[in-house]
Amino acid sequence: MSTVTGFLTDSTLCIGCKACEVACKEWNDLGADGLNWSGFSYDNTGALGHSTWRHVKFVEHPPELGHGGNSPELASWTFSSDVCKHCENAGCLEACPTGSIVRTEFGTVYVQPDICNGCSYCVVACPFGVIQRNKEDGRAFKCTFCYDRQRAGRTPACAHACPTESIKFGPLDELRAEAGRRIEDLHSKGMHDATLYDPVDTSVGGIHAFFITRGDPRQYNLPPQPEIPTIYAKQGWKSAALGAGMLAVGTFLAFLGGGKR
Amino acid sequence: MPSLGTSFGRGGATTAQQDLANSDAILIMGSSMAENHPVGFQWVMEARKRGATIIHVDPRFTRTSAMADIWVPMRSGSDIVFLGGLIRYVLESGKEFREYVKHYTNAATILREDMKLPDELEGVFSGWDEETSKYSPETWLYQGEPEKSDAVRPGHAQAGGGHGKDRGGEAGDLHKHDSDPTLQHPRCAFNVLRRHFARYTPELVESVCGVPKEQFLKVAEIFSNASGPEKTGAICYAVGWTQHSTGVQIIRAACILQLLLGNIGRPGGGVLALRGHASIQGSTDIPTLYDILPGYSPMPFWESDADTLEQYINRHSSNAGWWSNFDKYIVSLLKAWYGDQAKKENDFGFDWLPRVTGDHSELGYWMDMMDGKMEGLFVMGQNPAVGAANGRLQRKALSKLKWLVVREFVETETASFWYDSPEIERGELKPEDIATEIFFFPAASHVEKEGSFTNTQRLIQLHQKAIDPPADCRSETWFMYHLGRRMKAKAKAGLHPRNAGLNALTWDYPTQGPHAEPVVDAVVCEINGYKTANRELVRDYTELQADGSTACGCWIYSGIHPQPGMNLANSRKPKDYLGHGWGYAWPSDRRILYNRASARPDGKPWSERKKLVWWDENKRAWTGHDVPDFKKDTPPDYRPAQEAKGMEAIAGDMPFIMHPDGVGWLWVSSGLKDGPLPTHYEPLEPVVPNALYPKRPFNPTAEKMERPENPYGFPCDKRFPHVLTTYRLTEHHTAGGMSRTLSHLAELQPEFFCEISPEMAEEFGIVHGGYATIISPRGIIEARALVTPRMRPFAVQGRRVYEVGLPYHWGSRGITTGDSANDLLALNEEPNVRIMETKALACFIRSGRRPRGEAALDELKAKMRESA
Amino acid sequence: MLKDLLSNWPLLQQIRTGADGTGPEAMSEKTRKLKPKFEGAEVARSICPYCGVGCGQLAFHKNGKLISIEGDPESPISRGHLCPKGADSFELVTHPRRELKVKYRRPYSREWESLDLEQAMDMVAHRLWKSREDTFVEKKDGRSLMQTKAIGHLGGATLDIEENYLIKKLFTAGLGMVCLSNQARI
Repeated sequence: MSTVTGFLTDSTLCIGCKACEVACKEWNDLGADGLNWSGFSYDNTGALGHSTWRHVKFVEHPPELGHGGNSPELASWTFSSDVCKHCENAGCLEACPTGSIVRTEFGTVYVQPDICNGCSYCVVACPFGVIQRNKEDGRAFKCTFCYDRQRAGRTPACAHACPTESIKFGPLDELRAEAGRRIEDLHSKGMHDATLYDPVDTSVGGIHAFFITRGDPRQYNLPPQPEIPTIYAKQGWKSAALGAGMLAVGTFLAFLGGGKR
Repeated sequence: MPSLGTSFGRGGATTAQQDLANSDAILIMGSSMAENHPVGFQWVMEARKRGATIIHVDPRFTRTSAMADIWVPMRSGSDIVFLGGLIRYVLESGKEFREYVKHYTNAATILREDMKLPDELEGVFSGWDEETSKYSPETWLYQGEPEKSDAVRPGHAQAGGGHGKDRGGEAGDLHKHDSDPTLQHPRCAFNVLRRHFARYTPELVESVCGVPKEQFLKVAEIFSNASGPEKTGAICYAVGWTQHSTGVQIIRAACILQLLLGNIGRPGGGVLALRGHASIQGSTDIPTLYDILPGYSPMPFWESDADTLEQYINRHSSNAGWWSNFDKYIVSLLKAWYGDQAKKENDFGFDWLPRVTGDHSELGYWMDMMDGKMEGLFVMGQNPAVGAANGRLQRKALSKLKWLVVREFVETETASFWYDSPEIERGELKPEDIATEIFFFPAASHVEKEGSFTNTQRLIQLHQKAIDPPADCRSETWFMYHLGRRMKAKAKAGLHPRNAGLNALTWDYPTQGPHAEPVVDAVVCEINGYKTANRELVRDYTELQADGSTACGCWIYSGIHPQPGMNLANSRKPKDYLGHGWGYAWPSDRRILYNRASARPDGKPWSERKKLVWWDENKRAWTGHDVPDFKKDTPPDYRPAQEAKGMEAIAGDMPFIMHPDGVGWLWVSSGLKDGPLPTHYEPLEPVVPNALYPKRPFNPTAEKMERPENPYGFPCDKRFPHVLTTYRLTEHHTAGGMSRTLSHLAELQPEFFCEISPEMAEEFGIVHGGYATIISPRGIIEARALVTPRMRPFAVQGRRVYEVGLPYHWGSRGITTGDSANDLLALNEEPNVRIMETKALACFIRSGRRPRGEAALDELKAKMRESA
Repeated sequence: MLKDLLSNWPLLQQIRTGADGTGPEAMSEKTRKLKPKFEGAEVARSICPYCGVGCGQLAFHKNGKLISIEGDPESPISRGHLCPKGADSFELVTHPRRELKVKYRRPYSREWESLDLEQAMDMVAHRLWKSREDTFVEKKDGRSLMQTKAIGHLGGATLDIEENYLIKKLFTAGLGMVCLSNQARI
């Protein structure tokens, strides 16, 4: 049995260099997204997509004299490398009708490109907006958690490259413990705004790529209450059943009424 | 380099990047280390994790500031005031590491009575000659040094750069001097230092740097606490310091501060020069520079060194300290180059070496090129059309060459200037008028050839060859070898004296493979050195001789290949955190230089926490975690005899063995052209007056190279009121030849932009995301406007100073293209190393795009016609 | 064979293992055989060519073809890490905009022409020799000078030390060229 692995992405250590984005593209032979100067800080690749499986988000606040970004008072310019969360209950996997999306022996969620037929059900099913369909190619793509490298006992390309070890890779349990220690440490240094983003209490049931951020996680495109669409689907079934029942009762009543006439 | 060289003895970073992890405080200034050396920066993060305080002093809030505990914005070009303020703070509050300063620096040395400081002479030191704009360093020498005749002096005012001039000559006898170990004498270096920096008060820092007093004092307190037996602090800098008209003196100020705090030669201490290319350090060690020979030996100068080898050796060697071995190194070099033909009778071919007659640096000879005095140029792995200052002049000068050879991966702007430069667009040049014949050779990449880079910490690392280079791509080794072969064949027929050296030149490298690629290992063996009788490799430079029995291509690298088949640059088994067993650090695999200073004068470590190298009484030898940077068996209590020479003249408690007096130099009496101590001048295009010396707005020894194609604004010129500063981004590399053509890098920073503060944007009507046009006396460019609170205005001497930040990676070619920031810069030279000022010039900014074609020049001309 | 096929048939696997069809049982043949691309490749220990940090790189290659470049975990400086530029080294070596052939521009011409490498070397040697002959000064005021200032060289900080050694040796010690310069100043 293989160990379940994960990513701990610690934005308090991220220097915003984007080595993860490039290392990922290099290893996975991903194309460039085009030249679009956004004017939004130094972020010109925008978001995760079919050809961007790691994306560094830049969050700017006006700096204050004397305070670097590591001062407890103010995190002026922060960076966080976003990635597929490899959810415990993965919306994409549940939605995939072809069996293309599978859970690997490392607990990660993997899209098999040779099976994917490009139906895009997974795209709408992802609570984080991670997976995207390549319009030219037709198929859906996202982070593979370097399944091929993991198979050979290697660290995923992004974590391997990350200069400051802001991206940590390892057994999930160990990373969770480490994240706890790290949060404690940050709090003890006065950074009370440091939190661990790992939505275990929602239908997602926890993620295999969790994050340490300072301040509101929404700044980093991390939704506070991510839910997998299938729970809405279950609610939908209930409503549908109720509606159908009421319709049946109505019909019956109508019959009754008709009979009286 | 001369700053580190004159202060400590060697022109290289004093420490290793990994050792930053041991620092208690790290001051990063003149560098955005997280952005430009991200992987090296992990060691700063490691130090932060262990509790160190990270301080970033920079005009911009960068990705480095974002990782720092403290960020202090400081106006570009005011660094010496800030550092001078720190020096004064340390001296006035008695926070110097007294024991260290007393024993390991020239604090106690008494200076001459006729020496005068700039405060007494309205901004210049004694020895200034207004007519030639040069110093005579006579009065900067130590009191008690024996007089020397002019014949022995190297001539301080000569044309050379400073790379090789930190020894010998006038400094040769500096070990003979008067001193006052109590540091009471009013003219001991310590008290002179105190007097000189007395004006660098926190109030001056506030008014000149735009740094509020309390912020400055916070930095001063924290960094000066990283000192003493138990603590150390490190300083990291890069071209944010060097690329100023006072660059060498800025670094000097940092060296003085570190000597006062006892932070040199100790774990977690040091001055780490962060180099921006894979082998910047290597290309000065084995220089493709005009003023030095391999191993920092000076090139002979026609004025002073034209005659005999003996005369040259006498001028440049030192009576005491390591440079007393100079004759061995130069003779061995001549033997390596001229082989059997180099004999004692012909001065080992010394006469075949060309003599230097002036400033032959890039900036110097480019002016000759502009004037049509040059015929040919080889450009290898550099892109001056984008990367060098005053791009318009750079490119126009190229058009005056007869022939040009460019060796690169891609067709850079230097290769394409004749058909797609801004000058073509503006109609200034036309291809049909340009006579330059151009040869473009595709280069082999680092995985397609074997060879070594010397990194920022003097570490030589071999990159093995993985694959053959494709098609016509070849290494420079191949190109040079086969070009040399052809030249030697031509020389055989020539009977001129000029061909004697070329005929003698050893060029018999073995070749291999289908392309006849020279065997790199053979070159490394020559660099290492060998005995001429049997070609047996020398173990290291201590085996070199001055009688012609040894040959050595670069003495400081000697030891890199001590045995056949053993290139230590290819070692890949690190044994400890300093990385011994991985690569080879010059000299002698020492990872932290001057590490004798990590022990007390009596040879014991200053503290358990900071121990590195110490004296082992049982073994009667220096030992420790690093290779001792000291004579291995000289005990701490060794005292030289009165007339001792060479290394015998260095006492057992003198860690700076390259210096004739064995100590670190707070005061530099020889080797610098712009003064023995750093003093503040504004940049060459100052936007504010010099608060210290109103009569000297800028460094009087700097060369402005002013001419119609290289014009300047006036001091405090109303036309150009803002400070312009250039820099790199993580996502690109220098002039873009290795990044603008790569899709995965281009998309990360896809367009040229300028960074300005919201206050500036509002005052000048510049819209975020829109375009801005930026004008200097040299050029006019446009950039997208990135308005960000990470930029801020400075309150300087009662006025508001704005800065415009420009990354300089763009040009006309590649996937992402844009105007070149360097088109705005001026060509000029800092006097010691002949570097140009890129970090603080003056500019004008307006909203909107620049005109196209000829109209762009019209706007520039109109600007210049406004009243200054 | 048939047994293998049957045992790999997802439906049978699901029935047998009680799995839900989202695990290994749903993996295609290709997924099951997935291997990293450097499998079976040789590796050269290299050093990043960009900045002065000197990060270790592993250059994987197979049959004379470069497969990938990544950080060398054994380097005591970089510990396997690379920045975005270093991480893009594979593209640096293999990208389609890289020039692979010699190009030649005649005086006053408006276009590049192709040229044989050996011929280009001969032509450059000829130009270099002629310029040297025409501009060399052996003596000045009766004292040895032995220089030419009319031919320059620029570059070196991105080159290997061995390459720089040959440049300095041939150009300065052999040909008397004094105008040598590179990016290094600090």
